[in-house]
Amino acid sequence: MKKIEAIIQPHKAEQVKEALKNIGVDGLTISEVRGHGRQKGHKEVYRGMEYEVDLLPKIKIETVVPDSRLQEVQQAIATAARTGKIGDGKIFIYDVLDAIRIRNDDTGEMAL
Amino acid sequence: MTKASRTLFGPLFWTFALCGSAALAQTPASTDARLSALEAATKSAQSAGDNAWMLTSAALVLMMTGPGLALFYGGLVRAKNVLSTMMHSFALMGVVTVLWAIYGYSFSFGEGNSFIGGLQYLFLNGVGSAPNADYAATIPHETYMIYQLMFAIITPALISGAFAERMKFSAMLLFTCLWSTIVYFPMAHMVWGKGGLLNAFLGGKVPTFDFAGGTVVHITSGVSALVCALYLGKRVGFPKEPMKPHNLTLSVIGACLLWVGWFGFNAGSAVSASALATSAFVATHFGAAAAALGWMFAEWVKHGKPSMLGGISGCVAGLVAITPASGFVKPFPALLIGLLAGIVCFWMVSTVKGKFGYDDTLDAFGVHGAGGTLGALLTGVFATNAINDALKDSAGKALPLGWVDGNPGQVLNQLIAVVISWVLAIVGTWIILKIVDAVVGVRATQEQEVTGLDVSLHGEEGYTLEA
Repeated sequence: MKKIEAIIQPHKAEQVKEALKNIGVDGLTISEVRGHGRQKGHKEVYRGMEYEVDLLPKIKIETVVPDSRLQEVQQAIATAARTGKIGDGKIFIYDVLDAIRIRNDDTGEMAL
Repeated sequence: MTKASRTLFGPLFWTFALCGSAALAQTPASTDARLSALEAATKSAQSAGDNAWMLTSAALVLMMTGPGLALFYGGLVRAKNVLSTMMHSFALMGVVTVLWAIYGYSFSFGEGNSFIGGLQYLFLNGVGSAPNADYAATIPHETYMIYQLMFAIITPALISGAFAERMKFSAMLLFTCLWSTIVYFPMAHMVWGKGGLLNAFLGGKVPTFDFAGGTVVHITSGVSALVCALYLGKRVGFPKEPMKPHNLTLSVIGACLLWVGWFGFNAGSAVSASALATSAFVATHFGAAAAALGWMFAEWVKHGKPSMLGGISGCVAGLVAITPASGFVKPFPALLIGLLAGIVCFWMVSTVKGKFGYDDTLDAFGVHGAGGTLGALLTGVFATNAINDALKDSAGKALPLGWVDGNPGQVLNQLIAVVISWVLAIVGTWIILKIVDAVVGVRATQEQEVTGLDVSLHGEEGYTLEA
């Protein structure tokens, strides 16, 4: 099992969700996060006071998939989230030791 | 009127007309009695009209403090201080009302000396339904009293913009009681009270034009705000840490409520539902509109982007500047006063404040102090008897008012009034802060400030999203 963690532009969240639904990924977790990579922040001015905003709003999508589906899911996310501009985000992939369904103690890929 | 209704009402009309003349013929009331009845009816009709507008205006001015100013200021602070900031405005709706009832109205509008009112209206004694001819001949004295109260409430609330996010609540309450007593009531008496030093219409020695409170409300509050900012010192982390406004949408709602409420503030200051009220209404609106644009474009040029915060700050600056002038100037000078206020106040908060480095949290001085001073002086330039002919010579001819009427000396009178209000505000506020500091201490502890005043002083939070 692999965990896919994608940090993407907020305005791409709907498209990524749709893409995952289309290939049959049922479970995912989405959170609003802030951060930056190589992308620079921007400047805001309030009554002449300047603020450098370097932590930008992003969306983090997490989902765990069987090894066999990894390639397909990761490509679906990348394609849907891509604008080709700096700041599009990153995808990280982790090994997952186990998964347990709380309702009935299913484990492993059964629990996904 | 349709043909059908004409045929229906025609006979009815003639029936009533004939009955009426028959009744008159039966009781030949004397012409005098009928005339005096007519006079009484006219008077009561005018009183009803004026009173309706003045009660509406009083409500509009209260709306400026709550929710107007509470939202405007509340949105500009950080999320951890939103309630404490709103409470400054809200609490004053209670505190000043009590002071006003006990002695505030009497100190402001009682007949006293040149500087402060007498004691005859203590506990609102004698303030009832009979009009006070000196202040407002056509409405109940009580209406005038409650209308003026709303001004006394908003003025100290404006100062709170300077000490937001760091003053103790107890200190704020004590400060306000003393400030109203030592600065506001005397200043209101000098400008608007009978026999006041600066009252142009009721025997003042230095006749000053201040229609709705450029000196009384905005200079006193704005300058006192600066003194507070200097006395309290900067907020922890200022100016290094980011202190962005936490919710500008609240501020936009607040500023728009201020704009609307200001019609009660300025047009209501005509104390009648008259053409003068209309003129003040128009000037107020024009001033606000031009100032919003002035600030926005100045900002666009300087920082490259026009902002919502700039727009609303500009409209408030324009409303401040047009306040003393509103019942004296024509529409186009009002546009000009507004435009200048927008640009000057923008420069004050974006450049001057940074140079001096004081932490006037919400720019009460940059907007109210600077805008009020500018407006008071420009009133001396643009006041004209074409708009306000209340001042007449012995032959009943309207006297020239400002520079445009050929009375340049008025600008000097306005300047004297400005200096008096600056001095009273600086000295009064400094002494009061010393007293408050000695009695309860003015500033919250560093820990309270960092935690946020909402939790540390009031035990609550503005936003509880998990609930």
